Amino acid sequence: MLNFSKINILIIYLIFFLISIFSLLNFQSKENLIIDKKVNLGLDLQGGSYLLLEINSDSLIEEKIQSKVIPIKKLLKDNNLDYSNFKINSKNLSFQVQDVDKFELLFFSKKDNSVNPYIDIYRSFELDYKKVDKNQIEVFFSKYGLLTINNSALKQSIEIVRRRIDDVGTKEPTILQRGEKRILVELPGLKEPERIKKLLGKTAQLNFRLVSDNAEFGIDELISENGESLKISKRIVMSGENLIDAQPSIKNQRNEPTVSFTLDRLGAQKFGRATTDNVGKRLAIVLDGNIISAPSINEPITSGNGVISGNFTFQEATDLALLLRSGALPTPLNIVEERTVGPDLGEDSIKSGITSLIIGFILVIVYMFYKYKLFGLIANLALIANLLMLVGILTILEATLTLPGIAGIILTVGMAVDANVLIFERIKEELKTEKSVLHAFDTGYSKAKITVLDANITTLIAAIILFAFGSGPVKGFSITLGIGIVTTLFTAYFLARHLTSMIILRNNNKEINI
Amino acid sequence: MLKNINFVSKFKKANIASILIFFLSLIFIIFKGLNYGIDFKGGTLIEVRTDTSVDASSLRDTLNSMDLGDVNVKRFGKEGDYLIKVEQKYNNDNKLIFKIKQNLTNNLNADIDFRRIENVGPKVSSELLESSVIAISLALAAMLFYIWIRFEWQFSVGSIVALFHDVVITLGIFSILSLEINLSIIAAVLTIVGYSMNDTVVIYDRIRENLLKYTKIGISDVSNLSINETLSRTLITSVTTLLALISIYVLGGEILRGFSFAMILGVIIGTYSSIFVASPILQFLKVSSKTLDKEEEKIHP
Repeated sequence: MLNFSKINILIIYLIFFLISIFSLLNFQSKENLIIDKKVNLGLDLQGGSYLLLEINSDSLIEEKIQSKVIPIKKLLKDNNLDYSNFKINSKNLSFQVQDVDKFELLFFSKKDNSVNPYIDIYRSFELDYKKVDKNQIEVFFSKYGLLTINNSALKQSIEIVRRRIDDVGTKEPTILQRGEKRILVELPGLKEPERIKKLLGKTAQLNFRLVSDNAEFGIDELISENGESLKISKRIVMSGENLIDAQPSIKNQRNEPTVSFTLDRLGAQKFGRATTDNVGKRLAIVLDGNIISAPSINEPITSGNGVISGNFTFQEATDLALLLRSGALPTPLNIVEERTVGPDLGEDSIKSGITSLIIGFILVIVYMFYKYKLFGLIANLALIANLLMLVGILTILEATLTLPGIAGIILTVGMAVDANVLIFERIKEELKTEKSVLHAFDTGYSKAKITVLDANITTLIAAIILFAFGSGPVKGFSITLGIGIVTTLFTAYFLARHLTSMIILRNNNKEINI
Repeated sequence: MLKNINFVSKFKKANIASILIFFLSLIFIIFKGLNYGIDFKGGTLIEVRTDTSVDASSLRDTLNSMDLGDVNVKRFGKEGDYLIKVEQKYNNDNKLIFKIKQNLTNNLNADIDFRRIENVGPKVSSELLESSVIAISLALAAMLFYIWIRFEWQFSVGSIVALFHDVVITLGIFSILSLEINLSIIAAVLTIVGYSMNDTVVIYDRIRENLLKYTKIGISDVSNLSINETLSRTLITSVTTLLALISIYVLGGEILRGFSFAMILGVIIGTYSSIFVASPILQFLKVSSKTLDKEEEKIHP
């Protein structure tokens, strides 16, 4: 175990230098990067916000099931199926139909089925039905139909969340899908997440609807911005989908902040027709079910440009314009988890983390030197090499360092010496019975090998499981702990062993104290 | 360096003590329960730094006036630093944090720095709890499996009993002292599982080696010999690990305090259990050189 060929020595030190040199990259100046790699600081160290958003597709599903009413009724009528008691519920449609078998045949036809399309990738229909009673049927979205609705709503939401966040202009945001219903947003360095939370909390569904008593399309009673109760027709004259741009501006006579918008061609046509037909009436601008304002139509607006006023502050006008530009979210988003760390706490955490690392390191080094003298020195050199390699690997992986991650490094310092302690203790025992120092070291190393491996693999298992199940900061801990074990094995079994062998061989088999 | 200590003679007393403390811990965990943090219970946590004109009771009064439900305010480290915990009362109120901030700033008329804000919804918190339980169970199962393929089944039983002992007593002490259980405590518990296993494996390795070497002596003498032979390693490693952990506990700041405390407990209990719990079980299960699978001799020279 103590003989190293020249080529082995070369490989060992080459690996060590190549990996540990990466740890130096973290000290390069920002202006001239040699290699653009460094350890990233987690949100708990640099400050910032972590948000977990969840789409709430209940209202969307309600909307989607309603949109099936007309096609299903048409299907029934076209095929002379008598139906009665047609009811729209929040998640299903229920009705009675005489010939259920015929309905089923039509309902599950794969050919040109516009009512209930067949989703190829899931090998399933969008809708499903069940017989509640003899002739009573409930039509609802199948498992995969729901999945499709959810998926597309989630994809669309991510896109709109990204547009809104980019528009605010935070640095390096991370926006990722998490599971089937969630979006993870990380905003490093953000001190005040309130504005972004406010922007993400609005679906921003904008509608233009006439103030009218005409109940033909149904009526909503809404409270206007100055507190008057207005009857608003449910018919949507034009919606936010037709907007191509919106900007904050100061355009009206009173120099109040407003939002000017530009419509696409279709929108301009719709808006032009509606304003021409309804001069003198009031048009309510409704955002997420609340009236922003309800101005009178003084003249037809056919240019496709308009202005929304509504007692805004400039910030509010800016945010509204941003929301309108980025488009409406398909469903409301709930913030189900939020973690925000202020930058000064992050700095404090780095400071205390580094201090405890340095002190812990010194304590371990002094203790090891006291216990093992010369060989303690070797263990300590191995420990330093271990740290350099650990940081080097973190840099190569561009891993994220969190406060628990720093704790993991400190813990590695404490536990890494274990490999050398196991070996040295074994050698001590061998020295009691073995005359030849060389031989004692040799058997010491080989006998301790399996124990060292066994002992470290158990910790590695714990680290891997933590990595798989842990979230955020805890994951950072498992990364440093896990890598620490690998570097520990390398430094103890190659570097420290080589250093030991040099001393032993030079010592010419004289007595040695360990 | 160390004298030959007769550990085996102390096994009986130690085992009685272990069983008592184990069940006491279990009783506390079941009846007093664990003090779950917002990670597992849901709710809002706010760390504030104020100028010294603000005290805990004025913070508490302001928050209580908002009808938020159960509010807990306590000093956190330096003077003027407080940790506020608000129970989960309203489901998904996206504006809750904004309202709390606004109220505190307006009512207290003081400089308040909101250093940390965490808000965990009820669904996420129950998922976090579930995945933590899965993680710990899986870790125990993985350890069991590893020992089972590396050693004989008796060793598996011994190590898993020692692990349960460590995890339950650590959590029991947290329950007795009403210390908060959060995600980082779970990380600590998992690391304890790894550490305790590590210690046990070292002694087990030696016990097996000695069983094969001295086929004439019984398991209790072999245990005693093996524990003694590995004792100085056990102690030195515990000391270096504890040195590192104490450094985190004292200097690592408030956030890591619970984590490092759990780890310190775990290292002490884990070291104890590998000597006084894991080894006696081999004796109890009547392990001898004959029960060892001779096939494995080739792997373990």
